[in-house]
This record gives sequence, structure tokens and C-alpha cells, in this order.
Amino acid sequence: MLTAIGTLADHAVIPARSQMGASLGFHIIFACFGIAFPLPMLVAHWRGLRHDDASALLLARRWSKVMAVIFAVGAVSGTVLSFELGLLWPTLMGTYGPAYGIPFSIEGIWFFVEAIFTAVYLYGWRKLRPWLHWWTGVPLVISGILGAFSVVAANSWMNQPSGFTLSHGRITHVNPWAVMFNRATPWEVPHMLLAAYMVAGFTTAAVYAVGWMRGRRDRYHRLGFLIPFVTAGVCAPVQVAFGDSVARAIEQQQPLKFAAMEFVNRTHSHVTEWLGGIYVNGKVYFGLGIPDFDSILVGYSPDAKVIGWRSAPPRDRPQLINLVHLAFDLMVVLGIALLVLAAWQGWVWWFRRAIPETKWFLIPAALSGLAAITAMESGWVVTEVGRQPWVVYRMLRTSDAVTTSSGVPVTLVATLLIYAVLTCVVILVPWLMARRWRNQRPSPPEGAESAPPVSDARDDEPVR
Amino acid sequence: MTQPWQAVVVGIALFATMAAYALFTGADFGGGIWDLLAGGTERGRRPRTAIDASVTPVWEGNQTWIVLGIVLVFTAFPTAFAAIMTSLFVPLSLALLGILLRGIGFAFRHEADRVRTEQSAGALFAASSFLAPFFLGVTVGAVATGRVRTDRTGNVPDAWLNPSALMTGALFVAACAYIGAVYLVGDSHRRGDEGMVRYFSKRALAAGVVTGVFAGINLVFLHNDAPYVFHRLVGAALPLLIVSIVAGATALGLVLIRRVWLLRITAGVAVGAVVAAWGWAQYPYLLPTSLSLREGSAPTASLNAELVVLVMAAVFVVPSFVYLYWLQQHEKLVVTEESGDLVRAVARENKTAARPKRPHRVLEAMVIGAAAWELLREAVARMRRK
Ligand code: HDD
Ligand code: HEM
Ligand code: HEM
Repeated sequence: MLTAIGTLADHAVIPARSQMGASLGFHIIFACFGIAFPLPMLVAHWRGLRHDDASALLLARRWSKVMAVIFAVGAVSGTVLSFELGLLWPTLMGTYGPAYGIPFSIEGIWFFVEAIFTAVYLYGWRKLRPWLHWWTGVPLVISGILGAFSVVAANSWMNQPSGFTLSHGRITHVNPWAVMFNRATPWEVPHMLLAAYMVAGFTTAAVYAVGWMRGRRDRYHRLGFLIPFVTAGVCAPVQVAFGDSVARAIEQQQPLKFAAMEFVNRTHSHVTEWLGGIYVNGKVYFGLGIPDFDSILVGYSPDAKVIGWRSAPPRDRPQLINLVHLAFDLMVVLGIALLVLAAWQGWVWWFRRAIPETKWFLIPAALSGLAAITAMESGWVVTEVGRQPWVVYRMLRTSDAVTTSSGVPVTLVATLLIYAVLTCVVILVPWLMARRWRNQRPSPPEGAESAPPVSDARDDEPVR
Repeated sequence: MTQPWQAVVVGIALFATMAAYALFTGADFGGGIWDLLAGGTERGRRPRTAIDASVTPVWEGNQTWIVLGIVLVFTAFPTAFAAIMTSLFVPLSLALLGILLRGIGFAFRHEADRVRTEQSAGALFAASSFLAPFFLGVTVGAVATGRVRTDRTGNVPDAWLNPSALMTGALFVAACAYIGAVYLVGDSHRRGDEGMVRYFSKRALAAGVVTGVFAGINLVFLHNDAPYVFHRLVGAALPLLIVSIVAGATALGLVLIRRVWLLRITAGVAVGAVVAAWGWAQYPYLLPTSLSLREGSAPTASLNAELVVLVMAAVFVVPSFVYLYWLQQHEKLVVTEESGDLVRAVARENKTAARPKRPHRVLEAMVIGAAAWELLREAVARMRRK
């Protein structure tokens, strides 16, 4: 009987992990917008009110419409996650809930505030006084940051569990401060916040970069590109510099994860830094190796020792090493590429007050949103897959945390199906909105003396 | 056996959260139910418009109550949480499906209207309004039966495939329909839409009667399936139950004589009292009769942290929530809005505005020159050193 239950649980672990990863990977994109989209929106809104700038105001209004959709999807996919914590990982919650749950509870408060003020802001355009309305957007920025802080603190607690005493498999004492501010919090939280601002900013700017390329070079598109691009671009260099410190922190705190990231199998000095490549049976194929460079990155000297995964017993070693390594490299490459792009725009803006006109800038700019999202997703793959086989680092194995219920394969399929459809819809709907908005704009006024009258230009017909 | 006071307070807060969920999100689900039952496109237009205007602005905020409830359970009562989530995997997954579909329907409804998928999207939205309350009710009923225990592994079908759990699900659906109709009566009254007041009054009355009948039947089922909860319901918790019954009956009368605010309050009292009665009937058990509060609650520091979270909720969430409803009740939140004036202004602006150009070509050339000069000097210096 016991072995039967054991094999059942073993069967559930792969689908459960896939479902958790898919749900989180989906939610996080919307979460990024929830955290970081209000800021560019409020900047545009502020400009619109302060300088009586119709283009900026129109942008802010339309962005808030898109945000309504994004926020609703973020809210439901987040609700799905909070159920899944229990449906998929009952042992994790049942044992560690008293510690792990605390940051989630605080997150709950901030997202509640965020949800409420989102509603006020979204539906307040017509009847609230303009500046009061602007101020109802400010809590969105603050609660987004605080909420992200709490939920990422929960994740970093999984990486560096602290602040509790365990006896006979039960938590007997908890120190909430030590849970919230564990050793990984100062690295993960800022890195994630910057990532959120990059994702939201570059993705929004990318939309207007496409418009710009297609010849819609008016003030509306110029502002629509510049405001989010600048918020994201400012974060890019900070992110790359900070990411470097994160990597060094990982080397200290989770050496085996770092070993997987850098293909270090046995502990030694003069470690080669591999760019790309695939590790098979002790050899790296297709990679570009820089001798000694990994040791230099870690300890500023070729003699610095780096811990390899062979230092751990086989069942504690990281799995899927290639995935972790490649995801890490992808994140770094994309981070540097985005940095270059931002610097280019910075340069041209500084000296010429313009958006670079060349395709060499505009095409990458149109792809920058996708790049930021990819970098962020790969970062999470590094964090989550790199931590395996542990859910709670060195405390609880993923295979011990999984539910004993059968039925996960079914919910996995349902999750994948629903989220696949949802992804299409989320892309389709803003696209439809944009098309409708374009149709209500008089055609580009370049040279044209008389723009057609816009008599029935509405964003929304009255509800049916 | 006394229970730790922190656990009792967090438990009360948990039930208060559930009551809030029942009232506010229940009204949402109820709106969805009446939407589904409103008939064909033409006939259902007016009620649907009313439902949309009442439910949409507050949907976002209501959604979060259940999340607050879940985090309270897994932090304060983790073992019960793990047992419930394991044993009732199936009904909870279905409830989650309902919540997910409900949100999707909500998010895309307005856009969907334009591309003529209205019917299917509307149906999705509305069907999920049955799914979610039904399976949440089933979960509650299953816990009451005492068949969710910490010593069982895997799915436990007999915990929820029994008359009283299923009846509790049906009861939840009826109650949502009732709360939704009562809420809509009030909103229609405020908007001065006499026709809709009559329309939703009729439905509130019907749903109220059905809810009462279901509750009565369920009491009989509970007698068999959930002896502990039944005996406390007709024992210690009886006063609360009576309050609920009296309030419910009064509310039916108030529907007839159109006292809108009094109606909302009494309906709220009826729901609140029944949730309280259920909580009191379970006391002191989290899972009757296998896990008590004392055995099942987290260490004191975690409970204290939850108390802090509750204070934060009182300071940050409750005022914001009240503000949201205040705005909604004063018709300050409008679902539609026109930007025609702005679009025109932008068009004018783009026609006239010559964009200011302040290129610093000279400065740019100087910086590039300086950088090139530095590089060159560096290179030359290196060559010399070699
Ligand atoms: C736009 C997104 C983005 C960009 C450009 C970067 N990162 Fe990143 N990275 C993330 C988005 C991200 C993330 C998704 O936000 C992660 C996952 C967990 C976390 O806290 O941040 C992450 C995790 C993460 C980790 C693992 C942390 C852990 O396991 O706990 C390391 C070592 C780095 N990053 C390092 C870097 C370096 C050296 C970068 C330099 C180019 C970099 N990141 C750019
Ligand atoms: C938001 C971005 C995140 C992404 C994209 C992500 C991705 C993943 C992935 C891919 C897995 C599966 C691991 C594997 O297959 O080896 C996973 C597992 C998991 N993640 Fe994350 N994760 C994210 C954030 C979080 C956060 C914030 C938490 C909790 C605070 C979390 C909790 C978990 C848990 C409990 C599991 C299951 C156990 C495990 O396999 O490690 N994740 N996640
Ligand atoms: C296991 C992990 C997670 C859980 C259980 C979770 C849970 C939730 C829930 C329940 C909501 C809905 C709140 C509402 O009703 O408005 C939500 C929204 C949100 N989540 Fe997550 N979340 C997780 C991971 C993350 C991560 C990693 C981030 C970001 C760093 C994040 C950021 C947000 C933000 C900003 C929102 C509000 C904005 C929006 O809805 O788009 N979440 N989350």
C-alpha cells in the first residue's frame, strides 16, 4: 500500500511541476504589468493634465483600457496560483505554511489595495475631478512595489529558508522578520522589480515602435514610444550591474545552482567560463569557453575556487543542468542587448532630441518587449529549476511536497489549454482595440489640409 | 479545553472574510446567474445592462476576498488546509475553473461584444457563475461532514459525493442568486428604473424562497451526514440560526414593500448570521471532529503576524473598499466613456505642431571626437610599451 502511494506521488510530481511552472510563467507576465505599468501611465496622465497635452492624455486613457484587461487576467491567474499552492503542494503548505504563508498574507493586503484602486482609476475617468483621479492612480504604483516585494520574499525564502524552528516535522517557532528578510531577499526583490519595469516598459514601447516603423510618426506615437522606453531604459543598465551581484550572491548561497549555471562539475580553480554550449558526460559541446574567466568573475582571480556539483551526493545534485545554463546565458545576452538598445536611444536623444530613424534601431526596439519577457522568464527558470531537487532549499524535496491526490494530469491539461487560449486572446484583444482606435483617428495629417471630421469617435459605445 | 485566543481571533476573521466573500462576490455570481437567465439578446438587454453597470466597477475588488481567505487558512491553519486541498482536490479544481472562467469572461466581455462572440462569451461568463459557488458550497459542506481528515491521503470522494455536501452547493447557488437580485434591486432603485426594480424584486423573492427551502432540506441531510455540526446548529448556534431565519423572512417582506436600504441590510444580516452560525457550529474544530483549533493552528508568532495583517487590512483595505463602494453607489464610476474630444484635439495638434528640434550636432561630434582621441592615445601608448 505504502509503495503504491509512493509511486502515485512520483507520478504526480512531473505534471505538478509542469502545471506550477506554466501557471507561474503565465501569471508573472501580467504581474509585471500590474507592478510596472501604472508608472508610465501616470507619467503620461500627468503630462496630459499639467501641459494640457491631448496626446499624452489620450495615451493614458487608452493604456488604462488595456490595463483593465491585463489586470483582470493577472488577478484570476494569481487566484489560480494561490489555489495551486494547496492543490499541488499540500505538504509544503501543511508543514511550512506558518512561515512561508506570512509574506503571502502581506502580499494579499497590497494586491487587495491595488485591485480596489485599479477599479477606481479605470472607471473614474469621467466623473472624478481630474487631479483627484490622477491621485487615485498613485496607490497602484506603491502597492505594486510592496506586493511584489512580499511575494518575491516568499520565493527567496524558498531559496534561503530562515526564521523558523522545526521539530518532529512541525514548525514550532517562527520569526516573521527573518522570514520576510531572508538572505536571498535583498538580491531577488530588486532584481525582479527592475525586471518588471523593463518588461512593462519595453513591451509598451515596442507597440509604438511598430507604429513608428509603419510611418505613423506623430506626437502621439512619439510619446507613446518614449515614455515607456525611458522608464525601461533607465532600468536596463542598473539591472545588468545588479544581476552581476546576484550571480555572486548565488555562488555564496546556493553553490550547486551556480555550478549548474556555469557548468562546473568538480570543485577546482582556473574554471572556464562557458558561453552557450551543451554539457554531456563531462564535456561541453558547441560552447565558447573562456579559460579562467569564471574564477575571475567569482573571486577576481584565476586561482579562485568554484564549487562543482560533484561535491554533493547524486540525489542532491541539480537536474536539467543544460536548461539552467542556457536559460542563464539567454538572460545575460538579452540583458546586455537591451542595455545597448537603451544606450543608443539615450545617445540619440541626448544629442538630437529624436528617435533613431534607422531600421537597425526600430526593428530591435519592436522586439524589445519580447526580449525583456524572455529574459525574465529565463531568469525564473534559473531560479526554480536550478533549485531542484528542493522546493524549500535543503529542507523539503519537491517529490515529498507533491499532492497524493490523483487528477493532476487532468488539471495540467486543462491549465495548458486554457492558458494557451487565453494567451491568444490577450494578444488579440489589444490588437483589436488598437485597430479600432486607429480607425477613429483622422488619417495622418501630413500635408493633408482637411482631416476628415471625427463625428462619432468613441472609445466605447454605451454598454449595449 | 480552551483554545488559544489568537487562533480564535484569526478564525473569526476567516469567517468574516468568508461572509464578505459571500456578500460581495456572491452578488457578482448572482449577477452572472441572472444574466444567464435573462433570455434572448433582445429581451435580456435591459437587465443585462443593469447587471453590467452594477457589477463591473466593483468586480476587481471583490475578487480578492477569496485570496485573503486562502492565505489566512494556509498560514494560520496549515494542516487543515493541506487536508482539505488533498481530499477535495476535485471539487476545488472545479470551483477554481469556475473562478477562472468568470474572470476571463469578465475581462473580455466588452471587447467580445464588438466581434460578435457576445453569445458564447456571455454564456461562459454566466455558466461559471454556477460552477464556482456550487463547488465552493460543496467544499464547505464536505468539511462539515467530518470526512475530511488529516489521516487520509489522496482524493476522498465520499467526503463530497453525499447529499448534504451537494445540497450545500445548491444552497450556495440559490443564495448567490438571492444576494445578487437584492443588490440589483437596490441599484435599479437608485437609478430610478422602476421596471428593473420590479424585475429584480420578483427574482429576489423567488430566489429567497428557494434558498429557504434548500436550507431546510439541507438541515435534514446534515442530521445524517454531519452529526456534530447538526447538533450544534440546533444547539449552541441556534440563536444565530434563528437570527438568520428571521432576517431572511423579513427581507422577503421588505422586497414586497420596497424598502431598499433596509432590505440590503437585512439580507446582509441573514447571510452574515448563517456564516457565523456555521462557524460556531464547527467550534472548536477546524475539521470536525478530528482537528481542533488548538491542534491545527500555527505557532503563536505566525498567528500574531496574521493579526498584524488583519490590522493592516483594517487600515488599508477596508477604507479603500468603502471608498470604492461609495463611489459606485454615487454613480461616480462609469464603465463607458468617450474620448472623441481628445481624438479631435490630437488630430488638430498633429496638424499644427512643428516639433521642436534642438540637435546638438556640434556637441555630439565633439564627444565622438574626444572618445576616438582617447582610444587612439591608449592604443599608441600600448604599442610604445611593447
Ligand atoms: C528583464 C529581465 C532580466 C534581465 C535583463 C536580467 N535578469 Fe536576472 N533574473 C530575472 C530577470 C532579468 C528575474 C526573472 O527577475 C529573476 C528570477 C528570480 C529573480 O529574483 O529574478 C532573475 C534571476 C537571476 C539569477 C538567479 C537568482 C536566483 O536563483 O535566486 C541570477 C544569477 C541573475 N538573474 C543574473 C543576471 C545577470 C548577470 C544579468 C545580466 C545581464 C541579468 N540577470 C539580467
Ligand atoms: C513568477 C515567476 C516564476 C516562474 C516562471 C516560476 C517557474 C517555475 C517552474 C518552471 C517550476 C517547475 C520547476 C521544475 O520543473 O524543475 C516552478 C516550481 C515551483 N515554483 Fe516557481 N516560478 C516562479 C515564481 C515562483 C514564486 C514567486 C513562487 C513562490 C513564492 C514559486 C513557487 C514554486 C513552487 C512551490 C514550485 C513547485 C516546486 C518545484 O518544482 O520547485 N515560484 N516554478
Ligand atoms: C506562488 C506565487 C504567486 C501567487 C500565489 C500569487 C498570487 C496572486 C494573486 C492571488 C493575485 C490576485 C490579486 C488580485 O485579486 O488582484 C496576484 C496578482 C498579482 N501578482 Fe501574483 N502571485 C504569485 C507570484 C507573483 C510574482 C512572482 C509576482 C511578481 C513579482 C506577482 C505579482 C503580482 C502582482 C503585481 C499582482 C497584481 C496585479 C495584477 O493582478 O496584474 N505575483 N497574485
